[in-house]
Amino acid sequence: MPHDHHDHDHDHDHPHDHGLSPSGHPYRQDDDAPLTYWQRMEIAVRELLIEKGVTTAAEVAAQIDLMDSRSPANGAAVVARAWTDPAFKARLLENAGDASREMGFDIGPLHLIAVENTAQAHNLIVCTLCSCYPRNLLGLPPDWYKTRAYRSRAVREPRAVLAEFGLNLPDSTTIRVHDSTADMRYIVLPARPAGTDGWSEVDLATLVTRDSMIGTALPRSPQTVAQDG
Amino acid sequence: MGGDEAGPVPMDGHDFALWEKRVDALMVLCSSKGHFTVDGLRRALEDMGEDAFEKHSYYERWIAAVNQNLIEGGVYSLEELATRMEAVAQRGTTYGEAAHGAQPHSHDVHDHDGHDHD
Repeated sequence: MPHDHHDHDHDHDHPHDHGLSPSGHPYRQDDDAPLTYWQRMEIAVRELLIEKGVTTAAEVAAQIDLMDSRSPANGAAVVARAWTDPAFKARLLENAGDASREMGFDIGPLHLIAVENTAQAHNLIVCTLCSCYPRNLLGLPPDWYKTRAYRSRAVREPRAVLAEFGLNLPDSTTIRVHDSTADMRYIVLPARPAGTDGWSEVDLATLVTRDSMIGTALPRSPQTVAQDG
Repeated sequence: MGGDEAGPVPMDGHDFALWEKRVDALMVLCSSKGHFTVDGLRRALEDMGEDAFEKHSYYERWIAAVNQNLIEGGVYSLEELATRMEAVAQRGTTYGEAAHGAQPHSHDVHDHDGHDHD
C-alpha cells in the first residue's frame, strides 16, 4: 500500500478538505461537482458492505491500486517478448494467460487468448455483450470500447469501423472479429513492424500501443517514433 | 446489440473518477467473494432496457447492477440502502464531502477522529 491513510484524519481545521480521499488518493475534479444520485448509491453500498463485513476500506483501496497498476505497458512487454523470443511466442499462442503470468504479471484467473496478425489476416476484438476486456493485463478499457456504436458495428462492418480509427486495410486482408466473454478474453498479437531488426525488447515495446492490441490500429512504425522524437 | 446499426464510434475518453474506480473495485471484490456472478450483473444490466444506455453512464449502470444483485442476495435490504443514501445526502453537496463523512464508519481504526457529522 503506497498510500498513507492517517495524516488527513487529523486535519480538524478543515473538515471538508480536498487533499486526500479516504483511500489516500487525491480528490479528483468531480468531487467538487454536485453529488449525483449514483454517487450517493456508491457511497451507501460501499459503507454497507464494510459494515456487513463483506469488505474493508483498505481492501477497496488496494483493489483500486491494483487496477491502477495495470496498463497497456504490460501487454506491450508481452508482445515485445513474443517478437524476440520464438519459444515464448509459441507459449503465448498456446496459452496467453500463462505466458503473461510467466512474465510476472498478476492477472488473476484471467483466461486470455492471443490472436496473431499475419500478412493475410487482421484480428479485432470486441465484447458485444457488455465490456469484457483483458483488463487484468491492460487495465480498464477505453471508453469507446464500451460504446453501443463500437459493440454493434465491430461485428457488422469491421472495415468501416477500422477506417474510423484511421486503419484502412486492403480488401485482400481477412478480418477476424473476436467476441469476448467474461470467461474468455482476447489480445491481438500484432505483426512486428518492418525496419526493427536488431531492436531490443524494451525498444520494441515502445511501438506497441493499446489499440494495436485491440486491433483498431497497427503498432507504431520506427519512422513514426523518429518523427515524434 | 452486436450487429445492430449504430452511428460513428465516439472517440472521446475521460479519466476515471474516484467514485467510478470504487464501483469497479466493489464489483470485482463482491464477485470474487461469491456475492454475485457476472451473469447476475449482466442480467441486471440488460433488465434496465436499451434506454439506460442513453440515459446513464457506464459506472452508473454498474453500481445499479451491483446494488440490485446485493439486495437480491440479501446482503442488505432496500430499506437499509434508502436510509443510508439519505444520510449520505445530508453530509454535503459534493462527492468529496459526502464520502469524507463516511470516515468513522469505514475506518474503524480511526475512531479517535471525532468529527461530528450531524
